[in-house]
Amino acid sequence: MTIRTEPMTVNVGPQHPSTHGVFRVRITFDGEDIVEVEPVFGYLHRGTEKLAEERNYVQVVTLTDRLDYTSSMINNQAYCLAVEKLLGVEPPPRARYLRTLTAELQRIASHLIAVGFFVQELGAFGTPLMYGFRSRERILELFEMLCGARITVSYMRPGGVFADAPRDFWPALNRFLEDFEDEFAEMEQLLLENEILMIRTRGVSPIPPEVAINNSVSGPVLRASGVNWDWRKQEPYDAYDQVEFDVPIGSNWDNYDRFWVRIQEVHQSIRIIKQCIAQIEPGPVRLDLPLVLRPEAGREAYGRVEASKGELGFYLVSDGGISPYRCKIRSPSLINLTVIEHLLVGWKLADMIVSLGSIDINMGEVDR
Amino acid sequence: MAMRPLSGEELAKAVNQEFPGVAVDYDEVSAWIRPNRIHAVAAFLKDSPAHDFQFLNSVSAVDYVEYFDLVYHLTSLKQQSSAVFKARIYGREDLKAPSVYSVWRGADFQEREIWDLMGIHFEGHPNMKRIMLWEGFEGHPLRKDFL
Repeated sequence: MTIRTEPMTVNVGPQHPSTHGVFRVRITFDGEDIVEVEPVFGYLHRGTEKLAEERNYVQVVTLTDRLDYTSSMINNQAYCLAVEKLLGVEPPPRARYLRTLTAELQRIASHLIAVGFFVQELGAFGTPLMYGFRSRERILELFEMLCGARITVSYMRPGGVFADAPRDFWPALNRFLEDFEDEFAEMEQLLLENEILMIRTRGVSPIPPEVAINNSVSGPVLRASGVNWDWRKQEPYDAYDQVEFDVPIGSNWDNYDRFWVRIQEVHQSIRIIKQCIAQIEPGPVRLDLPLVLRPEAGREAYGRVEASKGELGFYLVSDGGISPYRCKIRSPSLINLTVIEHLLVGWKLADMIVSLGSIDINMGEVDR
Repeated sequence: MAMRPLSGEELAKAVNQEFPGVAVDYDEVSAWIRPNRIHAVAAFLKDSPAHDFQFLNSVSAVDYVEYFDLVYHLTSLKQQSSAVFKARIYGREDLKAPSVYSVWRGADFQEREIWDLMGIHFEGHPNMKRIMLWEGFEGHPLRKDFL
């Protein structure tokens, strides 16, 4: 016998321990099953696009740090690539390698958080997350050596990077890589074939490739849906055409695959970093551009990178002035959330939090 | 394999072959189409096997004071190509454009954002309301005349 229940609307967030910031979603349940989902945005809206119109091209770099604050380096990179496209310049080789290297370090840091919180949401409080944070802390220390900041780095500039790495950076990076392999192996051993994790995530909330593509999903979520698409491969920028790496692809499209793809991407990032260290050569790290940039009037550029969460794009329009006429940010976190309806409807309350964790959103980037 | 960007001229030609007179202008990277045919052109670019633009990267709006440009960045995963088409909308009050929600679901939040911040209403979008700001907020803050 089934007991009929009245549908009930529950509000999750904006202050909720599992929503990664101020994400709010209105969910209608029929018993334990989700029948309707409506995300509500805007709690962290700071008007970044408007603010960018009032700063000069170099100053906007500091705004990009505050988008996805767990991958500031990659945000810097996307913006700087867009400005360079607008100006029609290319940074010197050493700067390209430094950017690739720091971006990959940042990707590792971001994926460690994603994996850590994902497992936390399964109920494994503390331990796996702290394993991730232990290694992330080392990466932030490396960033501190480069530019003096840990989170809001502003390390990159249109035309290169802010400054060359100090001499102590390279031995510190090597020490980190040595330790990290052991630390990450420990984490993998704990999680990758963990029975509880497998039971809770295998086959839950699959996103078929055609749904993912139609919803403009990008990044690890798209690749977990079995689509071989990585902007680092498709449209290599900086030094990505000089390094070898594989693109991990999911086969079951489910929550476990989204977690698995991130774990594998960390391995690929380490590979890229090692090749960068081997290939990088001395030289200038920044083009000699004027302090105040004035791209030609009427020019526009769409610069994009494969950020840790997906395709991060900056669409810049110039009117010949010292600040962008329009700076549109295509943020992967917001657009990946389009798929939330497909992800949650028909699944149970208990899977909801885990599925949300599996798409790895960052509210700084969703609301901008 | 590297991406091949479709030039504005190629795109305009392709659009005009299917819908004569709909592509009105082009430059190096993009083609302008008539705003009332956005939906038809979008469906054609997505579904025709020759183009196969299954992936909508982004929808943006730019305020040029006399007019607004809607900018659509597209990618074809199969053909490894990209394209940009634009639609120019004149005026400042009561602006409307057809929604591409039913073609690319990925346009959902971006069209809502354009309505919220730029004030262009998308017709055919099932949930056309403000996204970042609250209902009842006056004005559209990304417009150039919003201070």
